[in-house]
Amino acid sequence: MQKSDKGDNQLFKQISTRLERLSKLDAHNPNKNLDEEFHKKGIDRRDFMKWASAMTATLALPASFAPLTAKAAEIANRLPVIWLHMAECTGCSESLLRTEDPSIDSIIFDYINLEYHETIMAAAGYQAEQNLENAINKHKGNYILMVEGGIPQGTEYFLTIGAEGDTGAEKCRHAAEGAAAIFAIGTCSSFGGVQAAYPNPSNAKPLSKIINKPIINVPGCPPSEKNIVGNVMYFIMFGTLPALDAYNRPTWAYGHRIHDLCERRGHFDAGEFVQQFGDQNAQNGYCLYKMGCKGPYTFNNCSKLRFNSHTSWPIQAGHGCIGCSEPNFWDTMSPFEEPIGNKMFHTAYDGIGADKTANTIGTVILAATAVGIAAHAVVSSLVKNKDEQ
Amino acid sequence: MTKRIVVDPITRIEGHLRIEVIVDENNVIQDAFSSSTLFRGLETIIKNRDPRDAGFIAQRICGVCTYSHYKAGITAVENALGITPPLNALLVRSLMNIALFLHDHVVHFYTLHGLDWCDITSALKADPAKAAKIAFKYTDYPLAVGEDELKAVQKRVTDFVKQGALGPFNNGYWGHKTYHFSPEQNLIVLSHYLKLLEIQREAAKMTAIFGAKQPHPQSLTVGGVTSVMDILDPSRLAEWKFKFEKVKDFVDRAYYPDLVMAGIIFKDEQSVTKGCGLRNFIAYEEILLAKDKNLLSTGVVLNGDLSKVHPIDENLIKEEVTHSWYQYENTKEIELQPYDGQTNPKYTGFKEGQSIGPEGKPINTKLLDLKGKYSWIKSPRYNGVPMEVGPLASVVVGLASKNPYITEVATKFLKDTGLPLEALFSTLGRTAARCIEAKVIVDNGLKTLDSLIENLKSDKQTCAPYVIDKDKEYKGRYIGQVPRGMLSHWVRIKNGVVENYQAVVPSTWNAGPRDAKGQKGPYEMSLIGTKVADITKPLEIIRTIHSFDPCIACSVHMMDVKGNKIGEYKVDPAFARI
Repeated sequence: MQKSDKGDNQLFKQISTRLERLSKLDAHNPNKNLDEEFHKKGIDRRDFMKWASAMTATLALPASFAPLTAKAAEIANRLPVIWLHMAECTGCSESLLRTEDPSIDSIIFDYINLEYHETIMAAAGYQAEQNLENAINKHKGNYILMVEGGIPQGTEYFLTIGAEGDTGAEKCRHAAEGAAAIFAIGTCSSFGGVQAAYPNPSNAKPLSKIINKPIINVPGCPPSEKNIVGNVMYFIMFGTLPALDAYNRPTWAYGHRIHDLCERRGHFDAGEFVQQFGDQNAQNGYCLYKMGCKGPYTFNNCSKLRFNSHTSWPIQAGHGCIGCSEPNFWDTMSPFEEPIGNKMFHTAYDGIGADKTANTIGTVILAATAVGIAAHAVVSSLVKNKDEQ
Repeated sequence: MTKRIVVDPITRIEGHLRIEVIVDENNVIQDAFSSSTLFRGLETIIKNRDPRDAGFIAQRICGVCTYSHYKAGITAVENALGITPPLNALLVRSLMNIALFLHDHVVHFYTLHGLDWCDITSALKADPAKAAKIAFKYTDYPLAVGEDELKAVQKRVTDFVKQGALGPFNNGYWGHKTYHFSPEQNLIVLSHYLKLLEIQREAAKMTAIFGAKQPHPQSLTVGGVTSVMDILDPSRLAEWKFKFEKVKDFVDRAYYPDLVMAGIIFKDEQSVTKGCGLRNFIAYEEILLAKDKNLLSTGVVLNGDLSKVHPIDENLIKEEVTHSWYQYENTKEIELQPYDGQTNPKYTGFKEGQSIGPEGKPINTKLLDLKGKYSWIKSPRYNGVPMEVGPLASVVVGLASKNPYITEVATKFLKDTGLPLEALFSTLGRTAARCIEAKVIVDNGLKTLDSLIENLKSDKQTCAPYVIDKDKEYKGRYIGQVPRGMLSHWVRIKNGVVENYQAVVPSTWNAGPRDAKGQKGPYEMSLIGTKVADITKPLEIIRTIHSFDPCIACSVHMMDVKGNKIGEYKVDPAFARI
């Protein structure tokens, strides 16, 4: 306990120093006062602190860090963001647009300087291209680059952008040069995504195969709005990359399996399973493992944070997890409505785990699942015996 | 002396789109070319997989019309297997569809299209008190345009502009000659633009209530829906209803009045009223209100002739690739029906040439090869002719088939704006039609919820059983109306896996290049004849293109060559970039 407190103190100090340093940078909006801005938008300080506390918890920091989160949001406008679209469906951008708690979209609107984002920006054509060049030059070494979508490699002509027909890969390499931090937003940018699924007709690759700089992967199809915004907050506070797992995913968001905090976990442990979509067990909210849920194999915080401001998430809606934040999930987790336990184990992780020790995890998961299923069998046979009596 | 204008990227759309036009000495567009510059190949990926997974992959065609392709993929498989989901499932799918239609339409008008009509820098000069009064000219109950609210909006944006950090508003075509709203009217639209950011979240939650999340909901399964607990929970039904009312309020008090205002103010702006060139429309029924009763209508209208509505013959839907970066092999047909379609990439790249640069002077640049192939989008044709799809088609077909819901709102819109019926066949009409469709949906959408509640009293079924027999062959399709127009997915199943899959999507119909006969698609036709006021700031071009609500990742797709083994797929080195 004492040791942990000491660690927290150090961290608190580290973040404070970092924020102190950041706040001395030239402001993009030097005359802005956050309190006034919030007031104008009908957000009072209390709401904002509530949001900061929620975000602090999301980042797995102690509650005492909330004032630092708030401070980080206040100076966030100093960090310009460039967002590039590659081979994708724009779902990640759409997810970003849904952020709330409270009105996080207006916080982003005002406090992150979104220099380039094709879905939102007013400019088009040459004017849009100028915006990108200006941002890269003006903010060299200071901007965050976010990339959405997979990128064709070798077959780069499958994606061109701009009057000169530059390829998507060229745009990424160019923008990456001066970036302070690079985020691969979504499973496509992190791992290649749906277009990279077998047989990958456009030879789509993850961002990490296109550029040679450290990348933070924020997978999910799409990632929840919290995971996109939370990572920006992390960077602002720490000024470093967050702790990452073997797939470069921040452990604060992807440190636990869906299964660990699932609302239906009790039913799994009790051996109570949905046998068919729409059956009585489905109406009772039993475990979806036998309907193909990939929660035991998937590292993400959906079971804790859900989607669309906590409205729901796949398991609440009665469908199993499809494992969308795992590498190659389109190939390794399918068929999505059949349990993976029915297949050979090595298909799940392609022989490797989600962290360095995880090639044993899968076995543990399967063992646990077997326990759940065995429990179910025992309960079923008891019921059956009872019926027979 | 003609000049070429290149606009790439077209922003505020989904996907990657390039438009090139040729203008004469008076800057009037003589010819236009629409090109998608991204290829992904999702239909090839669906092949050889479990048919139950098809909907999940097809959904990733697009994260904007995220639910449309999910529903289409699931329904196509159901159609192939010959099963019909229980009424509860159909009605819940319809509730999710209502949510998506409303979400898409309001987001499109404000976030994606609004800045083509509204000059935000002009709004800074407005008198908020005057603006608050003007808002009452277009509705008795205006939303988010009280004097105090407008003052706050104006101050917020003024500060933004003063500090020189315009972010997403940087470098827009502000001050352009074809912006016509007064400063006060611009301020009204700007206030609604900001309000919409909140409303769109609510609309997305409507989908998430029964769908788990939005984008990419996850509660449909072949045979029905999985969110049975939410369906049987009255508090969830009420949650949906409450959010529906909130969005309806926005449509009634902001969106519809703003479109009436635009109709009145822009009625003399030639670049939005000059007519859409191509006047063939195709639309399909959708939005289930009750068993076997749909809100939107099916049919074909040719040459803008509203006196006749033709029934749709599915076999007449075909695609060709004369000017697309694909080639057909082992067939003499130049157009193929989707069940038998094929798509083999054949990239031929750009040509060197001259266009108007950002300074207004000719520069050497890359250009589309106008005589050859120039887009990753195919050219769908109905009975050999190009068709426009989308809300305008839905309204036109609705009027021609005397659909009472559509007729009522469309007639009211024409009366409120003083526009003639003919005005619908234009950029302005296309943008208005989206609002008319949204209004039709908010006026009637609760009927679907009522039907569900009524049915739940005696029926709790949410899934139909089915078997996929590995020894049998199946084929089936989904055809329906989605926010961007008529969508169809086509599937063949053999040996228990998907043998063939193809989607013919709204933006393929609208954004495709010309065909072998030289017939141009709706994007291209709609631009011809438009005068561009400033060739370095082609606002007229992006405004007309945005009126279609382009969704380009949707429209780029491919199928495997017939008989080509998937494991042997290769990219031909001859495709090497030029």
